[in-house]
Formats: sequence, C-alpha cells, structure tokens
Amino acid sequence: MKIHLKIWRQENAGADGRLMDYELGEVDENMSFLEMLDSLNEQLIARSERVIEFDHDCREGICGQCGVMINGRAHGPLDHTTTCQLHMRTFRDGDTILIEPFRAAAFPVLRDLKIDRSAFDRIIQAGGFISANTGQAPEANSIPIGHEMAESAFDSAACIGCGACAASCKNASAVLFTSAKISHLAQLPQGKVERELRVRKMVAQMDAEAFGGCSDTRACEVECPQQISVANIARMNREYLTASWFSV
Amino acid sequence: MLNAKIPEGPLKDKWTHYKEHSRLVNPANRRKLEVIVVGTGLAGASCAASLAEQGYRVKSFCFQDSARRAHSVAAQGGVNAAKNYKNDGDNVFRMFYDTIKGGDFRSREANVYRLAECSLNLIDQAVAQGVPFAREYGGYLNNRSFGGVQVSRTFYARGQTGQQLLLGAYQALMRQTAAGQVQTFTRHEMLDLVLIDGKAAGIITRDLVTGQIERHAANAVVLATGGYGKIYYLSTLAMGCNGSAIWRAHKKGAFMAGTSWIQIHPTSLPQSGSHQSKLTLMSESLRNDGRIWVPAKQGDARAAGEIPEDERDYYLERRYPAFGNLSPRDIASRAAKERIDAGHGVGAMKNAVYLDFSKAIKEQGEGKIREKYGNLFRMYQKITGIDAYHQPMMISPAAHFTMGGLWVDYELMTTIPGLFALGEANFADHGANRLGANSLLQACVDGYFIAPYTIPNFLAGEINTPRPAVDHPAFAEAEAAVRKQLDLFLNIKGKLSADHFHKTLGALLYDKCGLARNADGLREAIAGIGELRNSFYRDLNVTGDGLLNSELEKAGRVADYLELGELMCRDALSREESCGAHFREEHQTKDGEAVRNDEDFCFVSAWEWMGAGKEQVLHREPLEFENVKLTVRSYK
Repeated sequence: MKIHLKIWRQENAGADGRLMDYELGEVDENMSFLEMLDSLNEQLIARSERVIEFDHDCREGICGQCGVMINGRAHGPLDHTTTCQLHMRTFRDGDTILIEPFRAAAFPVLRDLKIDRSAFDRIIQAGGFISANTGQAPEANSIPIGHEMAESAFDSAACIGCGACAASCKNASAVLFTSAKISHLAQLPQGKVERELRVRKMVAQMDAEAFGGCSDTRACEVECPQQISVANIARMNREYLTASWFSV
Repeated sequence: MLNAKIPEGPLKDKWTHYKEHSRLVNPANRRKLEVIVVGTGLAGASCAASLAEQGYRVKSFCFQDSARRAHSVAAQGGVNAAKNYKNDGDNVFRMFYDTIKGGDFRSREANVYRLAECSLNLIDQAVAQGVPFAREYGGYLNNRSFGGVQVSRTFYARGQTGQQLLLGAYQALMRQTAAGQVQTFTRHEMLDLVLIDGKAAGIITRDLVTGQIERHAANAVVLATGGYGKIYYLSTLAMGCNGSAIWRAHKKGAFMAGTSWIQIHPTSLPQSGSHQSKLTLMSESLRNDGRIWVPAKQGDARAAGEIPEDERDYYLERRYPAFGNLSPRDIASRAAKERIDAGHGVGAMKNAVYLDFSKAIKEQGEGKIREKYGNLFRMYQKITGIDAYHQPMMISPAAHFTMGGLWVDYELMTTIPGLFALGEANFADHGANRLGANSLLQACVDGYFIAPYTIPNFLAGEINTPRPAVDHPAFAEAEAAVRKQLDLFLNIKGKLSADHFHKTLGALLYDKCGLARNADGLREAIAGIGELRNSFYRDLNVTGDGLLNSELEKAGRVADYLELGELMCRDALSREESCGAHFREEHQTKDGEAVRNDEDFCFVSAWEWMGAGKEQVLHREPLEFENVKLTVRSYK
C-alpha cells in the first residue's frame, strides 16, 4: 500500500508545532501502525533527518504508553484498541492519515507526538491506593470477596492509564481515569476504610491538574482500550457526595 | 572465590535464621540513609516502597513516562504460591522441588527454598493492596495449573496478572512519593554506576526529555532493571527493555552469571514479515486446553481443517506423555523448533505450529473456552485476523526471559559492595530454565520480602560512613565518560540506524545462540559480533540532537547489546553440557534429549569484566545439593 501522512511536529513544549507531509510506499497490511511509523523513521534516518518522536513500549496493548490521535480519534479508527494494536489492514491504499498527539491542557507536548501524562501519577498519589505497608497483610483467604464483586472490581482496575479518555473528551476531562481507580478500590472490602478521604483527595487533585469537567457525552468509553464503563463515573459521583455529606 | 553467604542450618530454617540475626538500623538513622532504586517494575517498585515505609530515603528511577508502565505489566498468566488452597498436595517443599527441577538443577537450593517460602506472604500482601485476583463463587481465591507442575498453585487476575500486581506495587510507590519518602524520576535512564573506594556510591542518569546529565549519590544502589531478552530484537519484551544498567554495572566490576540462559517461550505469535518489531506472547495458560500439532507429512500445504486426525503429529503428547502439552517451556520450544526445522512448520513463513482448541470446544463448549481465554482469542484475531474458535492458532517460539543476570549472593548483593540486583536483573532463582508464573513471584519476593531485610543489614554498617557526595572526583569521571559516549554516537554520522544493528545482532544470536547452540556456531557468532561492533562505531547514524532523542537512547542500548551478546556466546561455549534453556547440540541423546553433565558443570558461571578488548574471566560458584537428588529431568 501507499500511504500519505500528515504528522504533527513540534520541537518542545514551548515551541509552535505544525503538520508535515510524508509519503510512504510499500506499506505491508500486516504491519502494526507503530511499525509503519518505524519504517518512516528508517527513511528519515537514511536522509539524516530527525525522527518522529512517539511514545510506545510493550506493543501488546497493556503498558498504556502509546497513544496518538489518528484522523481525529484517540488510538485510531477501531473502538477499544490501543494504537499499537492497530494494523495497517484497517487502512486502504492511497489513504491520507492525520497523526497528532493527545490534546489536553494537562498533557503538554514534549516533542512531536510525545506528551507528559504525569498528571495521572499525581492523581494516584493523592489517594489511589490502599494504605497497606509490606508485612501488615492478613492471610489472603481471610477476606472472602464474592466472584461477581471481584470481577466488577477487576473491570474498573483494568485501566491502563493511556489518557485516551481525556484526549477524546471535548472538555479534556479525566473523570473516567480517576473514577476507575476510585471504583476499583471502593468496591473491595480492603478499600472501604479509606474511601471517603480517597475520593475527596483524588477529585481535588484532578481539578488542580487543569482537566475539565464531565458533560456526559460518553466519548471516553468508546475509545477506552479496556472498555472502562462510564458506570464508574456514576460510582465516583456517589462516593464523592457520600463523602461530602457524611463527613466533616 | 565467590561466597554466596548461604546461612548455616537446615534448609527450611535458613531464611528464618537470617532474619533473626540480620542487623538493624534505628529509625533515626534510617532517615539519614539514602537508597537509589533503578527500575519500577515489580521488583523495583516493591523494594522502593517497602524501604520507604521503613523510613529510608529513596530515589526511584525509570525510563518510561510513568512507573506503572514497567514491563512486569505485560505478564499475563499468573503468579505461583504454595498456598495449597486446592488441597492437591502442594506445600513449600514441593514448590521448591518443582522450581529446582524445572531449572534443571542449576540454581541454589537455599535461594529457591526461600522463594517458595515467601510465596505465601506475597498473595496476602497483594490481596491487602486490592489486587483483584480471580475468586470462586464462595469468595475464596481461585487457582489454575501452569507448565512443568502437577498441582494448581497459580493465582491470576484474568489475563492481566502482571498489570494488577504492578498496579499494587506502583500504588504503594505513589503513596510513598506523596509522603515525601520517595523521589520519583520518570523518563530518566541510568547511564553509569559510580564507585567510591570500591563501593556503590551512586549513578549517572540522563533526563530523556531535557538531555540533562545528572549525578545522584546514595548509600546503596539497587538495580531492578529487568531482563535483556530484547537483545534478539524480535522478542516478547517491550521495545525499551534493555540490559544497559546491568551491563554498565558489569563493566564497573559486578560479575554476570548464567549469561546465555535465555528462555525462549513456546507460545508466541509467529513472525509474519521483515517489518516486525515485536513477537506477541499468547499466555501459556492456553496449553491447558489447546493441543499442539504439526502435519505428519513434510511440507503438507493443506489447510489445517483438511488434514485428517491420523495425519497430524501431536508431537508433545507423543514425546512427553506424562506432561504432554504442559511440558516445560524449554522442552516445548525445542520440540517445536525440531519439527519446524524438519520441514513440518506451518503458516506463510513455515515457522509455526498449530495450537488447536477444537477438542476442548467439543468437550467443554465454546462458551466455556470463551470465558477462560476470551481476551486472548480476541487479541489473536486483532493481530492476525484469524478466528481461533474455528481454526487452530499458529504459534512459534520467541525470546522471552533471561534466567541470567548479575551474580548475587544470598542477600541479593552483587560482587560490588552496596550494589544489589533484584528480579529478572539477577540470575539467582530459576537456574537454567524458569517455570511459568515464577517470574512475577521472584520479582515481588525480592522486592517486598528479601531486600527490605538484606539492604538494612548492609546499611547498618554504613551509618558512620559519610554519604558519598556528588562532587567526588569519581562522579566527575563517570559523568565525563557518559558525555563522551553520547557525543561519539551523535558524531559518527554514518548511514545505518541503531535498529539495523540491533536486528542484525538479534538474527545472529537467534541462529547461533538461541534454542540450540554448537561450538562452531558460537565461534562464528563471536567473530560476527566483533565485526558488527566495528561497523556500528563506523556506520551508525544518530540523527537529531542531544535533547529528547529516541535514536540516541537506542544507540546506547545497542552498543551494550553488542558487548553483552558476545559474552552470551562465550558463556554458552564454555558450558559443555545441555541444561534447561542451554541446549548444546554436541550434548544430546540419540532421540534429541538434553544431556546434562553434573560431574563437570554443576556450578554457576560468573564472568568478570577485565577491560575493553579483553576476554572476561570465568569464576565458578559450585552448586551443592543436600536436599534433592540430581536426576535426569524427565517429563516423559
């Protein structure tokens, strides 16, 4: 296949960026999207040009490090698929593909397609954990957890922290990410002790990071590679209200 | 002479005895002591968090953009623990025995026993952190089986056990970061280890965003930087996985052990073309229900469905009737290679074997199989476009896990005082072959339960030594060397990319120092790597600048691989036997089974760097077995 590419190039967080055009012939349909970028970078090196910087690591859809906007959609045209799991057979010969970084005020561009998602780490630091020091744990089977509850907690815990939710949201909101962690921990008996403090601190941090609010368009759910449900947002709101009403 | 510092006493009391007698540091002094932990996978994050909880000051480093992305995240299948929740006869000794035998009797008894012993605590710890392991309907924890054992001792969280365990450790690390006990440095790469008076005193790092070279001093340095299986380029590892931290420590005096013992995983997706950057692993748990076969006739071009039952060769069931499709990884991978090399491979490149679920679907129903493996079948379809409910999967061996790594003693300390190596970065527990679901375990046990005892035992002796200062000439010297190397890469201005050299090296190693090795091939590889290294320093092209530059990062990693690969070959060449993942073609039975040589090779090979351009020197740590009998590892 032959592909036309329009790719966002930007020197650093402070610089202006612009779209640059590239042509790529001999694209194999079995290539992954990132392998297509690899082969473009090989060509740039052969021409002694600076390569296109993009984030990626595991290339099997689990580390959450990859992620770009492809033709205006986070992680590209397939629902619930990371950029690394997208293959060129999804595109057609002669297609023009627009590639940009994830856009959110809280995700500054570092260079080209690489962004800074450390805001997510700070939201977890605010309370996304159970305070169990090494050595304090009781025997594992002393806390029975029903199959359904464990599965439901897993559904929330499966978030890979890629940021596609915030990038897809017109308000650049991080509620899907934040609520998934709050729900994961609040549903488990081990997590209930700290639930009120957790939700208040995590929501406060999310707001402090310049993420926008939620206007319930559900765009995030469609793009989420792990199919994290917006039901988590409802759970977070309930946790937050309970924590605000019943505590001082 | 290498001293592993194994505690005295009966096997089952050694670790207890150690803990009862290890030195302590009083809480006021802990605040004055600083520890650097490189790597934020299960071993690094758990060690950093646990030390911080005790009151030590910790600096944590990773090259990824967040600590949560370290490659532990990708482990699918599960984590072993001898809880005996299934009442199927499991216990610590049995798990110890399975692991020693699985490693082909090339690991230390005391280390392996401790691994099995601490497995019990790990499950407790992970559950307390909120790791959502699979549960039975009564609410108790569920288990499944894995290759190489006959009990069910594997705990799992769907196909994402590694991710869930890592989130537990990452969250503990973030909690300590918020508390100010840990300083986390993401997008930072360690480029050198600094020694003062022969002791680990700190590291030199590069900020991968700004390009800034930084000095960090500490009373102890922990390397939890994972394995170097990515040396083959095509592997199941993440693109950024590298051997640079341990290799640079090696060049500062830390011995490398078991260097050529690299596990080739049997159930990966086959390579489909030259563009490929990664081989995706399909969880080994699939072998619980899938049957592996190839056409009995060489070069049979018929579609799988058109090959009748009596023209299929279920070669694992045929060769290893006792374990069949659940034979250990090294055996399953080698058997696949044997069939592929004999002309029975399937798929476009004739480099795969079938993994067939039709019998399991007939017996258990498609719904049941979907429930167990739905996410894996989906992933398979996404990558290959093939629906594995209706035709068999195609799988192929792929480089996966390094049993080798930095030599460590019982305290996980390397030959450099104050330098510790944890998890896959050390060589210690898996011998010549690792059993499935033991890697998450070892990483966690090292970080949560061993290092938090052994590092304080070392630090107790450091209270009166002033913390190394970054203005010491040793730091200046190391920093200058790092800068010089980076400038060198940027200024070669040749024609070829770092990936080109990486791919060439990988193909050479896979061919000559992969699933099977022989003396002639290894000598050719050593010569080939030498030529490739010369070409690298002549023809490399790193475009861009000294700021954020992924090509510059790759160049450093590939430069290290070009040295490490040579040591792998020398290690393999020096070991005149077949054991675990190390299969020397000269040492096999008539029907192709490995022949171990306990008479001459019952030792750990630990290599000492002697300087650039010189061959490393081999040191031997004899392995003594007092609690198990060395047997031929038979899964027949």
